[in-house]
Amino acid sequence: MIPEDLLYAKTHEWVLIEGDVATVGITQFAQEQLGDLTFVEMPEVGDTFEAGTEMGSVESVKAASEIYAPVSGEVIEINEELEDAPEKVNEEPYGSGWIVKFRIKGDPEGLLDAQGYASAVESEAH
Amino acid sequence: MLAVIGVDSVDDLFAEITEEMRPKSFDIPEGLSEMEVLSKLEAMAAKNATDRVSFLGAGFYDHYIPAAVDALTMRGEFYTAYTPYQPEASQGTLQAIFEYQTAVARLLGMECANASVYDGGTALYEALMMAVRKTKRRKVVVSEALNPIYRVMLGSYTTNLDVELVTVPYKDGQTNLDGLKDALDDSTAAVLVQNPNFFGSINDFTELFAAAKAVKAVSIMSAYPVLQTLLKTPGEMGADIAVAEGQSLGLPLSFGGPYLGIMTCTKTMVRQMPGRIVGRTGDTEGRTGYVLTLQAREQHIRRQRATSNICSNQSLCALRALVHMCALGEQGLRRAARVSIERAHACAERLTAIDGVDMLTKGPFGNEFAVTLPVNAFEIIDKLTERGFVPGFPLGRYFEGLENGLLVACTEKTSEEQIGIFAEMLRGALK
Amino acid sequence: MKTIFEQSVAGREGCWPCEGAAEESYIPKELLRGGEAGLPSVSELDVVRHFTRLSQRNYSVDSNFYPLGSCTMKYNPKFTEVVAGLPGFTRLHPVLPQLRGAGGLCQGALEVMYEIEQLLCEITGMAAYTMHPMAGAHGELTGVMLMAAYHRDKGNKKTKIIVPDSAHGTNPASAATAGYEVVSVESKDGIVDPAALEKVLDDEVAGMMMTCPNTLGLFERNLPEVVRMLRKVDALLYYDGANLNAIMGKMRVGDVGFDIVHWNVHKTLATPHGGGGPGSGPVGVSDRLVDFLPISRVRKREDGRFFLDYDCPKSIGYVAPFYGNFGVYLKAYAYVLRLGGTGLRRASENAVLAANYMRKRLSGHFEVPYDRICMHEFVASASPQAKDGVHALDFAKGLLDRGYHAPTIYFPLIVPEALMIEPTETENKETLDKFCDDLIELAELAKTNPEALTSAPVNLPVTRLDETRAARSMELTDDL
Repeated sequence: MIPEDLLYAKTHEWVLIEGDVATVGITQFAQEQLGDLTFVEMPEVGDTFEAGTEMGSVESVKAASEIYAPVSGEVIEINEELEDAPEKVNEEPYGSGWIVKFRIKGDPEGLLDAQGYASAVESEAH
Repeated sequence: MLAVIGVDSVDDLFAEITEEMRPKSFDIPEGLSEMEVLSKLEAMAAKNATDRVSFLGAGFYDHYIPAAVDALTMRGEFYTAYTPYQPEASQGTLQAIFEYQTAVARLLGMECANASVYDGGTALYEALMMAVRKTKRRKVVVSEALNPIYRVMLGSYTTNLDVELVTVPYKDGQTNLDGLKDALDDSTAAVLVQNPNFFGSINDFTELFAAAKAVKAVSIMSAYPVLQTLLKTPGEMGADIAVAEGQSLGLPLSFGGPYLGIMTCTKTMVRQMPGRIVGRTGDTEGRTGYVLTLQAREQHIRRQRATSNICSNQSLCALRALVHMCALGEQGLRRAARVSIERAHACAERLTAIDGVDMLTKGPFGNEFAVTLPVNAFEIIDKLTERGFVPGFPLGRYFEGLENGLLVACTEKTSEEQIGIFAEMLRGALK
Repeated sequence: MKTIFEQSVAGREGCWPCEGAAEESYIPKELLRGGEAGLPSVSELDVVRHFTRLSQRNYSVDSNFYPLGSCTMKYNPKFTEVVAGLPGFTRLHPVLPQLRGAGGLCQGALEVMYEIEQLLCEITGMAAYTMHPMAGAHGELTGVMLMAAYHRDKGNKKTKIIVPDSAHGTNPASAATAGYEVVSVESKDGIVDPAALEKVLDDEVAGMMMTCPNTLGLFERNLPEVVRMLRKVDALLYYDGANLNAIMGKMRVGDVGFDIVHWNVHKTLATPHGGGGPGSGPVGVSDRLVDFLPISRVRKREDGRFFLDYDCPKSIGYVAPFYGNFGVYLKAYAYVLRLGGTGLRRASENAVLAANYMRKRLSGHFEVPYDRICMHEFVASASPQAKDGVHALDFAKGLLDRGYHAPTIYFPLIVPEALMIEPTETENKETLDKFCDDLIELAELAKTNPEALTSAPVNLPVTRLDETRAARSMELTDDL
């Protein structure tokens, strides 16, 4: 199920916006496509990104995929637990498998709601 | 077979190659029998004079190779296998690579190794690119006392890339440690040095590497594996990446290849490493087994985003190096290193006893050293080669101002008698 | 099986390389390593047993049919090893030609280099060759560097290289390694589509990398049109030689308009692959690229003597310390001499015949997405079986259990559940038939007892290995 309270990027990242802080992870669909993750490459705290630019990557045994910043801003926290336990992204992509937190700069643009993302996934699958 | 396919002739299978695409010529001589090919090539081999006594090194050394190396690595099961893509049917190759990784990592005092790249020069270039990716910087500080053959390779490989090579000149036949340190700043991706350096001189780079670390630059050292059984390791000096030409570990000189590019690094750098890496794991029954791992770095998965384009490596050469290290063992390899060093020192003593011949290499050296002659080194090489001795490598080939410099190498295969004759010949030639 | 390090016993000595105690230390203590490296202390017999046993845990061409698509695992004739082992070649120091007069000490080796270059020129219709690249991907990188030098010399501003979606992963990786942006072009009906190419082709395109037949084993029928289109924007055409085994004597890449080609000598010219290398990847070029070839170039004087020319002002420089994997292309030279023109042509004919025969025998049991005349290999698909839970991977493992190496299954990316089969010309009909019978039987088994396939292999030293654990735990040496 795609949580209703989150926003989504077409590149399969989810965003939880609380004030000027955005928590970002990858979606259930994305982690299923990749299979068991073996590594999450994360940015460093203090790095800044424009929305839509590459900020890290996830790897499984047979695939690798880039993670794009869904919002513009500065990285204020990374999920250090993923360094030793990338499987958390498989187990709880919307929970303990979150990846980074941003301090948002400007208004988020072009993100989808749960319904919009569901139909984007639908069309990609076909 | 044609009937099953449903065509009348083999030509029908090539019908899509239309007339305009057919060969304009294909003038290849008719085939020869095995015996004829062999005698033709034996005749060609005989035109190579390999009976000369040679003091050539320059990064490539004629060490003794135990017979077990050929006997084991020529086994068809190793020799005629492809890359171990099906791990269950390739445990032999995979475990051997794992053991090779272990052996070279221990030898260089580093944590991780890959399954090999083409040669020592390519290894150095790949190390440089690891540093550029890791630091996202573009300036690379290179010691001029690094093998000049590798320096020209680095220049060629980076021509089309956004990388700046800053070469720090050698000083008095030594690696210029102060100069290298001064060249480091917070835009530096890496510092590249060699031990022993091209002139044979041995250094400790601990301070230089600490200075590099202070500006978050990557420290890269090129090593000589045989001597590394004795010398302080790049790991002990604090290098992030250590590479080496592995030819001296069981590979014949073979006119330049196939050789072996050894790459090792710290665990924190391993995801930047190019090429194949083998890891240990278990099967569904709980038995130990080996697989290619961390493959998401590689071209067959990441395509243009891969850490390198490398696919085929020098796997069989890595196997040769492993068998060589195992057959000689720690003690055998150390003995070969010690004897080589002893011969080189004896040789240096004999040569510098000649009027006008002086040591160019300053400070401690291993099995190779440079001297200055009173005349152009090429002249001496010409004269002695005619008499059956290749006296060494002319430094003037790569270093302006060192036209009289001769680089001389010994191994455990160099006899004391040969050293004596060489010294007498040189004395005679200089009269 | 224990590692060789686990068999180490302190004080046990192996081979005795040389006499001489040489205990005196010429090197100050502070420059020496802190302790021993930890290389194994074992006897020579320990070493021989260990590596003999390891070798027995491998499949290889010498022991198993190895229809690994795209890899051309043909038989490697043994006499070429004798050639490569001649001391007149193995003992030759590579810097000899740099010593002025000493070039006279290696005339035989220089002649080999010169002669094989001439032969490769004639086989492929190119103007000149460099033997320096040490593997196929290294040849690709050299080729892309040549493209860059050509455009730099003409003052062209080019930033992109086009690669078909069916290409080997090395193609885009090589282009990127040399600093280019990679543009993918979609295939139509399995081959390059000129209409799709038109859309991505502009003045910024430096060149395009193709292989023909392509990775689906299909001949690129639109080749002449592709060549015309690229010429219009002064883009160069690169031929990935991975599939040359299909066309020797049937088409010369130079004649049809390719500017650059690399060989995989360890595929087409029968040098053994050694469990991953060493290979050799000579690169041939058309007239307009000759001046850019790597340093040095082998040349023949009027008196018949050979020398190396280091005076190449427009060259891309050095891609190898010396002349590439000499010991490898020496075997290729012997192979070409042995087969001759007729033999090479026949090798390609038989490779294509064998592939088409297998394609016909297997279609009906497996989906064959492009079921028309193929060249030296073809791609079948286990898509229908995958719907019932038996994947290409499971067929691969089932084949291992029956003593065959598996076909290529991770490639090409544009066919799901691919089984890419390349029999080569050196296998006899009985072997091809037996393999087809067994694979068809596995297709039946997939319907009746899928478990037997999904749990395969069971007849090998290990069953399926946990690759996820390997990547997460990163045990990369005996110490980590």
